[in-house]
Amino acid sequence: MNNAKVTLENMNVHFDSNHAVKSVSLDFMENTVTSIIGPSGCGKSTLLRSINRMHDLVPSAKVTGRILFDGMDLYDRSVDPVAIRRKIGMVFQKANPFPAMNIYDNVVAGYKLNNRMRRNESDEIVETSLKRVALWDEVKDRLKTSAMDLSGGQQQRLCIARTIAVQPEVILMDEPCSALDPIATLKIEELVEELKERFTIIIVTHNMQQAARVSDSTAFMYMGEMIENGPTKKIFTTPEHKQTEDYITGRFG
Amino acid sequence: MQQNELTATEESQFTNSCAKRRGADGDRIFRWLTFLFAAAVLLILGLMIFEMTKESLPSITKFGGRFISGSNWDAVQEDFASLPFLYGSIVSSILAILLATPLSVATALFITEVAPNRIGTVAASLIELLAAIPSVIYGLWGILVMAPWLQRTIQPWLADHFGFLPFFSGAPYGVSMMAGVLILAIMIIPIITAISREVLLAVPQSQREAAVALGATKWEMIRIAVLPYGRSGILGGVILGLGRAIGETMAVTMVIGNTPQISLSLLSPAYTMPSVIANEFAEATNALHSSALMEIGLILLVVTLIINVFARLLIWKVTKGHKGGVA
Ligand SMILES: Nc1ncnc2c1ncn2[C@@H]1O[C@H](COP(=O)(O)OP(=O)(O)OP(=O)(O)O)[C@@H](O)[C@H]1O
Ligand SMILES: [Mg+2]
Repeated sequence: MNNAKVTLENMNVHFDSNHAVKSVSLDFMENTVTSIIGPSGCGKSTLLRSINRMHDLVPSAKVTGRILFDGMDLYDRSVDPVAIRRKIGMVFQKANPFPAMNIYDNVVAGYKLNNRMRRNESDEIVETSLKRVALWDEVKDRLKTSAMDLSGGQQQRLCIARTIAVQPEVILMDEPCSALDPIATLKIEELVEELKERFTIIIVTHNMQQAARVSDSTAFMYMGEMIENGPTKKIFTTPEHKQTEDYITGRFG
Repeated sequence: MQQNELTATEESQFTNSCAKRRGADGDRIFRWLTFLFAAAVLLILGLMIFEMTKESLPSITKFGGRFISGSNWDAVQEDFASLPFLYGSIVSSILAILLATPLSVATALFITEVAPNRIGTVAASLIELLAAIPSVIYGLWGILVMAPWLQRTIQPWLADHFGFLPFFSGAPYGVSMMAGVLILAIMIIPIITAISREVLLAVPQSQREAAVALGATKWEMIRIAVLPYGRSGILGGVILGLGRAIGETMAVTMVIGNTPQISLSLLSPAYTMPSVIANEFAEATNALHSSALMEIGLILLVVTLIINVFARLLIWKVTKGHKGGVA
């Protein structure tokens, strides 16, 4: 039918004998924000990390089924996972800037891998990326200082800037605000809102309000299975499944 | 530091308010004991320096600064100077470090980042085993196998093709600076590898993931995330290796040729500070000779201490670098 950017078809993830994601099928539409919610351990991160093939780093992990990216099977033999990760970026739960690099070098760390660049070009990348995450005004006078001197929220925005500097098409976010205070969280949420104009965003969150605020679609997972997914409004007002309703109203377990 | 002070005040409050707690006595005894041991170590070091300085005095007063800058070592004329030994020790150690460091770091990277877990573990324990081999065994192998092999193959080839360079001029003796450097490198590779491995294992997975998620290949991940994170720790390992190389006696003595000369050529024999002490102390019949050897020992001690202080500073820098929360 559709303008799905990423499609999961009957996707399974096993860690040895642990069946962590069970036959999930799901579409992620271009230029929308999809949130994935569900109780701890239900397989949200595992699902997210299969989309940029992070499980390649874990010998015990096995992904089956298909994941299509612009119609191309990501797990096909001919696909280079490194090239895929340049198109599908990822932001982690805990901000992880490179401590040995200054702010400037952190922003261009990924971009530099792909492009031989000249000085003024990299200056431009740094400025636009930092502006896009609303960090430019806060750090423009100390670009050459250590990234570790930034606050947690600033570090997380720096990591987002580092990700978008690579110019990906999809951004995966795994609980990007869970270590942040409400104000820093709000900033990231506003940012997500803006970023969706250019990127397709998939965000894992434990925060129901956050999912309701930022996402167009929501998918609810439970024990490795995709229970229900659809427009966020619908999931939060008239969920079809009892489990979904119990979870979003906090009556779970 | 802060925590210690806190428990100290807490403890005194305890002893005031409650009746005496049983743990408190043990705490105090423990604190005194540890202090005593720490003080004893310092005391022994101080005594050693004092004693060595005292024993070196005849040589220090007789030769003064010339003892360090001069290069004559003549027991018959009773004219002693230490530069060839200082030169031999420092050059052999630094060259050994330059050779061993890239190999060690590459090995550690292979173990932690490339090899499958099981192979990595086996390789790591084998390397630790190498570190446990007594140095005289290395020396024996060096003099019976390595030095003759160098004399037959590498050295003549180098002299033929690169003999115009001062570093490879002269006749190939086998026992030489080159043999000393190689044996030292072989001996410190296990040490630097083991430390580098620990350091690399401590690099958080989140750092590797950060690089990989940006589209880094394995090598790029190592270059931008793993090595920068571990660089100060690895440097600490290198400096420990350097300390070991400078102090190493037995194996070097057996292969370096024990000739007190300063030659740029790696093919010529050389001499190191520990070697001359080990070789001559038993025969040093006159007072000035043994005093001169004592002074060499003093210089060696000072050089080693400087290296260790340097290593401490680096390790301190590593722990300081981890502020700011990224584990
Ligand atoms: N690297 C791994 N090796 C083995 N098992 C794993 C690994 N990562 C995740 N799992 C397992 O997969 C299952 C799903 O974990 P996952 O991290 O995806 O949950 P989650 O929904 O993200 O939970 P949380 O909300 O707590 O982050 C769990 O049973 C977990 O033990
Ligand atoms: Mg998770």
